[in-house]
Amino acid sequence: MTTELESTADETPSAGATSEETARVGGWRAVARKEIADHLLSGRFVVLMGVLGIATAAAVFAASGGIRDVAPNAQGVTALFLKLFTVTADPVPFPLIVFVGFLAPLLGIMFGFDAVSGERSQGTLPRLLSQPIHRDEVILGKFVAGLTVVAIMLTALVLFVSGIGIVRLGVVPTPTEISRLFVWLIFTIIYVGFWQALATLCSVLAKRASTSAMIPLGVWLVLTLFGSFIFGAIASVLSPRDGSDAAEIAYMQTVQTVSQLSPVTLFQQVSSVLLDPEVRTVGLVTLEQVDRAIVSELNLTQSLAVVWPQIAILVALTSVMFAAAYIAFMRDEVRA
Amino acid sequence: MTTTIRSRKLTKTYGEHTVVDRLDLDIEAGEVFGLLGPNGAGKTTTILMLLGLVEPTKGKIEVLGLDPRWNPIEVKRKVGYLPDAVGFYDPMSGRENLRFTARLNGLEDYEDLIDSLLGLVGLGEAADQAAGEYSRGMKQRLGVADALVKGPSVLILDEPTTAIDPEGVVEMLVLIERLAKEEGVTVLLASHLLHQVQAVCDRVAIFVRGKVVAQGTPHELAAVDHGKNIRVEFRLGGDPAKARSQLESVGTVSGVAAGRVPGSWVADLDSSALAPTVSGLVSGGADVIGVHRLDEDLETIYRRYFETEEEEEVTT
Repeated sequence: MTTELESTADETPSAGATSEETARVGGWRAVARKEIADHLLSGRFVVLMGVLGIATAAAVFAASGGIRDVAPNAQGVTALFLKLFTVTADPVPFPLIVFVGFLAPLLGIMFGFDAVSGERSQGTLPRLLSQPIHRDEVILGKFVAGLTVVAIMLTALVLFVSGIGIVRLGVVPTPTEISRLFVWLIFTIIYVGFWQALATLCSVLAKRASTSAMIPLGVWLVLTLFGSFIFGAIASVLSPRDGSDAAEIAYMQTVQTVSQLSPVTLFQQVSSVLLDPEVRTVGLVTLEQVDRAIVSELNLTQSLAVVWPQIAILVALTSVMFAAAYIAFMRDEVRA
Repeated sequence: MTTTIRSRKLTKTYGEHTVVDRLDLDIEAGEVFGLLGPNGAGKTTTILMLLGLVEPTKGKIEVLGLDPRWNPIEVKRKVGYLPDAVGFYDPMSGRENLRFTARLNGLEDYEDLIDSLLGLVGLGEAADQAAGEYSRGMKQRLGVADALVKGPSVLILDEPTTAIDPEGVVEMLVLIERLAKEEGVTVLLASHLLHQVQAVCDRVAIFVRGKVVAQGTPHELAAVDHGKNIRVEFRLGGDPAKARSQLESVGTVSGVAAGRVPGSWVADLDSSALAPTVSGLVSGGADVIGVHRLDEDLETIYRRYFETEEEEEVTT
């Protein structure tokens, strides 16, 4: 091991150098390892897994039942397997992707809101920061740990749904469907990352864990419930409607653009395209445009091309949010 | 002796408020240095600056020849720190908490070390209990073990004896002394409970409102301005009223007042008059049980400086 390590000119690669190097490389890993263990053993993980399992099972049973009912006249329908995620059927009032869309922010907030405020309230922060690790390793380790646990949960969810689907429908997912699911899974994890970064930022800034949980929850509620309302209001300022068709279209386009600043909208749009090969656009479609259009399926690359901007925006939002949390933590002074 | 911790004109201000004011510290290798002062004097801020956790407003710091501002990781690798009101991850056991610290320090074979440290602080039996179930004093002791995990050459202890029962305090102090004398660890000990810690300190600095008002060995400090008046506690047997009048009749003392325990009397006298007073008492037939010079006590000095400060505050 010592041979690989670069040592400065006057330093011999002694045991000391080795342990220094390990400490530098291993700091965030040690934090992440501990955080993952904490998360997996925590009550909230068990509760979340339970809720997730029950809700998913209900949704997927309903969806697969619905698909079975229409299956006889579903000749030629491809990507039947993915319908498990997008079909609404009684008695569950929403498709699985909407459920995941609800759940993802909660997951992120759950694993982020006490990242720093928890250390503060337990009185462990001064002790942690007095160890020979860089400060950014603390926040990075925590972020990676949260996302790892989220990835485990979401992967389990997708596998669970797939398992039920295979048994109930007798349809085996095609390689294309699997790759679509995989890309969607990665995208969902990034989406959770946005909320986790937001919650982490709040946990740095807020003095108490309860405050740092309330702020991102509030943001999520506002965006989910009043999102369209707010985007409409902003759009009507930016491009006023005067009753003419042109103005109306311009207005609708502005709404579309503005709403894409909301991660909630981005997630819905990207999910609908990735999990449904027949969806060809997320934007406005006029009647002339669909006139005589041939219903056909997009392949994964084409679907990705449709939502590439949305994916890019979400990745950017997540990065900015994480950077904000990171900077806030680096500047956060330990006070006596 | 080499200087382990050195600060020059170290200053920290938060807005208008100066928390640490031009502090000069010189702590030698292997000594136990007591930073003594009331709560809010700026002790913790000073410590955080030494660890590179708080940016000084002005001044220089050197810890083991390193500047904590530019080299915080190196400093933190060699300095063990027990924070005031130390906390641990409640769901994890004491042992697991120490393991985490060991990993953060890049250690690999740490099980034996952790075992011996847990034994050292007397937590061998509670090692696998969740830290959340520990009493305040147990957490404090686990904190000492935690600070020792990295094998530090400097140990900074912030209020190590608060929340520990009297017996535990003695054990803690014995441990600190042993680390300094046997392992050559330099110890910086911040406390407001000087009567507890003065016994183990080689040198102390009395720290009030961000300033060191006196620095030296406890003995040196006590020797300052012995000047004229000293305060002495006399313990006299027999009938209290009679004893008191005997003391007053010696004529060399003034301001006789009842002391802390029955049969003890505190009086002011000229330092040269101590021996005549005692012989006067004895020849007068008083039953002298004990004589104790109060101003030898660091606490008295501390109180004196503290009171001076307060008076200055009033007069300004």
